Amino acid sequence: MIHAYRMHGTNLVLDVSSGAVHVFDDAAFRVLECFGQDGRLDEKKFSKLKEEMPEREIREALDEIRSLISEGLLFSEDPYEEFLPQWTRNTVVKALCLHIAHDCNLRCRYCFAGAGEYLGERSLMSLEVGKKAIDFLIENSGNRRNLEVDFFGGEPLMNFDVVKGIVGYARSREQDSGKRFRFTITTNILLLNKDKRDFINEHMDNVVLSIDGRREVNDAMRQRLDGTGCYDRILPLAKAMVEERGHQNYYVRGTFTRDNLDFGEDVLHLADLGFEQISVEPVVASAESGLDIREEDIPRACAEYERLAKIYAERRADGRWFNFFHFMLDLEGGPCIAKRLRGCGSGTEYLAVTPEGDLYPCHQFAGQPEFLLGSVFTGFSGNPVREEFYCSNVYEKPECRECWAKYYCSGGCAANAWKFNQDIKKTYRIGCELEKKRIECALWIKAQESR
Amino acid sequence: MKHIKTINGKTLNRDVKKAGCGECQTSCQSACKTSCTVANQKCEKK
Repeated sequence: MIHAYRMHGTNLVLDVSSGAVHVFDDAAFRVLECFGQDGRLDEKKFSKLKEEMPEREIREALDEIRSLISEGLLFSEDPYEEFLPQWTRNTVVKALCLHIAHDCNLRCRYCFAGAGEYLGERSLMSLEVGKKAIDFLIENSGNRRNLEVDFFGGEPLMNFDVVKGIVGYARSREQDSGKRFRFTITTNILLLNKDKRDFINEHMDNVVLSIDGRREVNDAMRQRLDGTGCYDRILPLAKAMVEERGHQNYYVRGTFTRDNLDFGEDVLHLADLGFEQISVEPVVASAESGLDIREEDIPRACAEYERLAKIYAERRADGRWFNFFHFMLDLEGGPCIAKRLRGCGSGTEYLAVTPEGDLYPCHQFAGQPEFLLGSVFTGFSGNPVREEFYCSNVYEKPECRECWAKYYCSGGCAANAWKFNQDIKKTYRIGCELEKKRIECALWIKAQESR
Repeated sequence: MKHIKTINGKTLNRDVKKAGCGECQTSCQSACKTSCTVANQKCEKK
């Protein structure tokens, strides 16, 4: 399978199974259009092309295309499915998302967590639950050495003493367990004072700072309980945090909705503020919210990604470098194919823990009774739904099997699939379309940067 | 080549037999909590 597209005057061709990426000139691109996805030349199309293009040019391009095919760089076969059983064997838990607080000091209008409560009561995780979660992770991680713990919420800074206690406990268990913990925290920044920043900088491998971009965009969504926006409060704190971290290992992270489909301006605003690690994602919201990205929004959102990609490439070339998480693509050193087939690992390698110690497939499933997988106190309950997550891979999803982007999005988000289709093996179409556009942009940027 | 420039070679199907050690970071633990983006993750061995 190949994916051939044209963007900002560049013809790009991705050979899906090998990962090879090529830039074609117009002549070669036209010849390629005479090939079917099976790699065979359509003689009818080819005869027509011969009437329109010089024969020498066609012959040269055809020779080059056939050379790539023979080298396994074009129309290559998918050899991976037979390896799946060996990659799904011995799956262990390696990452927990700890819901330190099911409470929040903001009332973001798009919040999937229901103002921090998820589907339950407001509550804070106790240190006892946190320690049990660490024990659970160690016990269920087999021979895996690197373990990850994300402090999430609600707002984790509302229960920061417990965060500190959990970090201390996990560190105290590293030697006897032979594990290495990596901590991350996702915060709305409001309570990020110097003491907390110092602790985070000393102990956390990554920090995700929530800010949506332009003041008016941020403040229309990210509001305090009294309805006031938080931009002016959080911006200096975020800047201090990043400065004190040496501009390393952080992301400023925003959400865009159908109210700001010009979200590229928010990405650029964050870059203009001096942030170099930026993530701005489409909202996942229900239609009732009025904020959800809809079918009719797809063309505009995709055009905005393309516009942003062009400015992004220009800025990176002229000394105003920044990194946009969703255009990041490490073609050489990215994840192995086993990870690409299986995706985020929700429900298997990755679990969320509520303040009460209940286990769910990921943070987005928290509070949904049918997805309760057990507890850090009593272990897995045997809920058969976990088997569905074990079997989740790009070959199990009909739409993914036929999709050129499957080794880049890895089958998409199970929580989104459930939210929109009530089936984790179906895909969330709007999310897919935006993800495909981001990958196209990322490949285009690679092509510009390889010149 | 005159008409085609290859900017990335066969990178997905190399080391297939060694794939799947699982030591890498979980994608949702980085900067996306609502949209799955796996291909930008790092391999722990590289």
